[in-house]
Amino acid sequence: MKYKSQKVAYWFFALSMLLLVLQIIYGFIMGFARIGFDNLHEFIPFNTARSVHTNLLVVWLLSGFMGAAYYIIPEEAQRELVNVKLAYVQLISLAVVGVVAIVGFHFNIWEGRKFLEIPRPLDYLVVVNVLLFLGLILVTLFKGKKQTTTALVLSMGLLFAALLYLPGMLPFDSQVTDSFFRWWVVHLWVEGVWELIMGGILSFLLIKLTGVDREVIEKWLYVIVGLTFLSGVLGTGHHYYYIGVNKIWLLVGGIFSALEPLAFLAMALFAVNMYRKGEKKHPNKLALYWTLGAAIVSFVGAGLLGFAHTLPQTNLYTHGTLVTAMHGHLAFWGAYAMIVLAIISYSLPNMTGRKLYDSATGRMAYWFSNIGMIGMTVAFGVAGVAQVYLERKFGMDFMAVQKEISIHFVVLIICASLFATGIIMYIVDFYKHGRPTDEAIEIKE
Amino acid sequence: MLSKKQARAFFLGGTLVTFLIFIGLTVFSLSKDVDQTNHDNITAEVVRGKEIWETNNCMGCHTILGEGGYYAPELTKVVDRLNAKYNDNGEEVIKSILMSKGPWQPNGRKMVAYGMTEAEANDVVAFFKWIGEIDLNGFGKVVGVDRKISPIAKERMNN
Repeated sequence: MKYKSQKVAYWFFALSMLLLVLQIIYGFIMGFARIGFDNLHEFIPFNTARSVHTNLLVVWLLSGFMGAAYYIIPEEAQRELVNVKLAYVQLISLAVVGVVAIVGFHFNIWEGRKFLEIPRPLDYLVVVNVLLFLGLILVTLFKGKKQTTTALVLSMGLLFAALLYLPGMLPFDSQVTDSFFRWWVVHLWVEGVWELIMGGILSFLLIKLTGVDREVIEKWLYVIVGLTFLSGVLGTGHHYYYIGVNKIWLLVGGIFSALEPLAFLAMALFAVNMYRKGEKKHPNKLALYWTLGAAIVSFVGAGLLGFAHTLPQTNLYTHGTLVTAMHGHLAFWGAYAMIVLAIISYSLPNMTGRKLYDSATGRMAYWFSNIGMIGMTVAFGVAGVAQVYLERKFGMDFMAVQKEISIHFVVLIICASLFATGIIMYIVDFYKHGRPTDEAIEIKE
Repeated sequence: MLSKKQARAFFLGGTLVTFLIFIGLTVFSLSKDVDQTNHDNITAEVVRGKEIWETNNCMGCHTILGEGGYYAPELTKVVDRLNAKYNDNGEEVIKSILMSKGPWQPNGRKMVAYGMTEAEANDVVAFFKWIGEIDLNGFGKVVGVDRKISPIAKERMNN
């Protein structure tokens, strides 16, 4: 750690960990409901559990991205954050908005639009919160000594993420138009601008961990984010095949979304090559695991599994089935959860001064959570493919099919338990690092 | 070999071009000439039905137009499907579920008991009927009543 204000990041990461645990708990509630144990139905029906699960995912990842920005931007811009107190105000308001939204979901207060369930009045607070965050980051960046490509790409991702939240707030009478613009937010976030954020964090980590020349890493960063947008923007069309808009999207969405894995493949090759090329052997092995893991798993989860059902001919049958849940889990885990865990693993020893670089708990956390998540993905995949054939091809009744495939959710819960064990171990390791301290500045990374 | 400047030009240029095409296609596909949603048939009841659909987060369990929670049935062609199953009484069945004071639980999987008024239930049915008329580029057949049923499945359902 080079600047005292970077410590703010610790608290954003701590909030992320707390929300991640809650997200997993609600995931279990859904898993058990699917095998017939929905004893909490009166208080937490499935639609509540689902909204909490997905919204917590978004909030903990955003909190992680924000923490990453508060850590990375001062170091890249070579100056303290412009206002540390406001950063804490932003943290607390983010936590309050998140908690109020989630409590509201338990009382039927929401907007009922997949992934964007936060009610409208809270949307405005989210906007204010994000504007405050962006203000702090951008002023720090432009008052700084340097505006590196890594910092610019990261900031651009955060700025566009904020701008793209707005189409989701437009009111429409038609379900079709509503859905159309909802994907402007959801798709262009996760298959567009969030990849800029991921790319920015990845590039920062590779520069620090491998010692490869910044110019080389940042050149490839441009190529990767270029590929992301080239395929991802028009790739939005894969959400428009069957929601009631023109057939042109079958062609455009089909071609461009089929190209989306290329960006993830480039990211994986880039990370692995930089690691091989690097002469510096940074002692923080865990951070390196998570960094390379994020690049590789995101290629499998977001790239390959996305490709598996993105062609219109396949999607005609898989659209609206558990196949989507299969892809969603490994994609979010690989691309976004793992990169947040990577930056936490890298920055934590630097902020606290405790060099727990290669603990057994940390390693087990990595393997348990990854193996658990891969198992969950397979369980969702088998359930999804069975659902497609039984319901869509053989015309069986929805509920009859759900009974047939419920066994796969037993497998899912077992794998999820392994995953959760991994996450708990990660958090134990997080806790063992202790609190951030100014003395950590003097310690060499 | 590619320079950093060229890489940046590729990123900025590619993004700008694809985004402009995306905006163009958006304007085209939402224009009146190519509308396949019966936009003109959106009545006050349909709008109210959509409002009820959203404020109760029905999408958290069900899917509509293939989007939602995958926990409860797809409702895009629900009126047609239940009409086929209950001798053209599909609308009445839907209304009775929405107006029920106790949780509807087919095969033990519970739905929240919304206890709607008849007017509210009518609005939701109007919404479903409008949804059912949208041209979904073939998806309507996959989730509708006229989907192909294989002999194996028929035999299975009869048992």
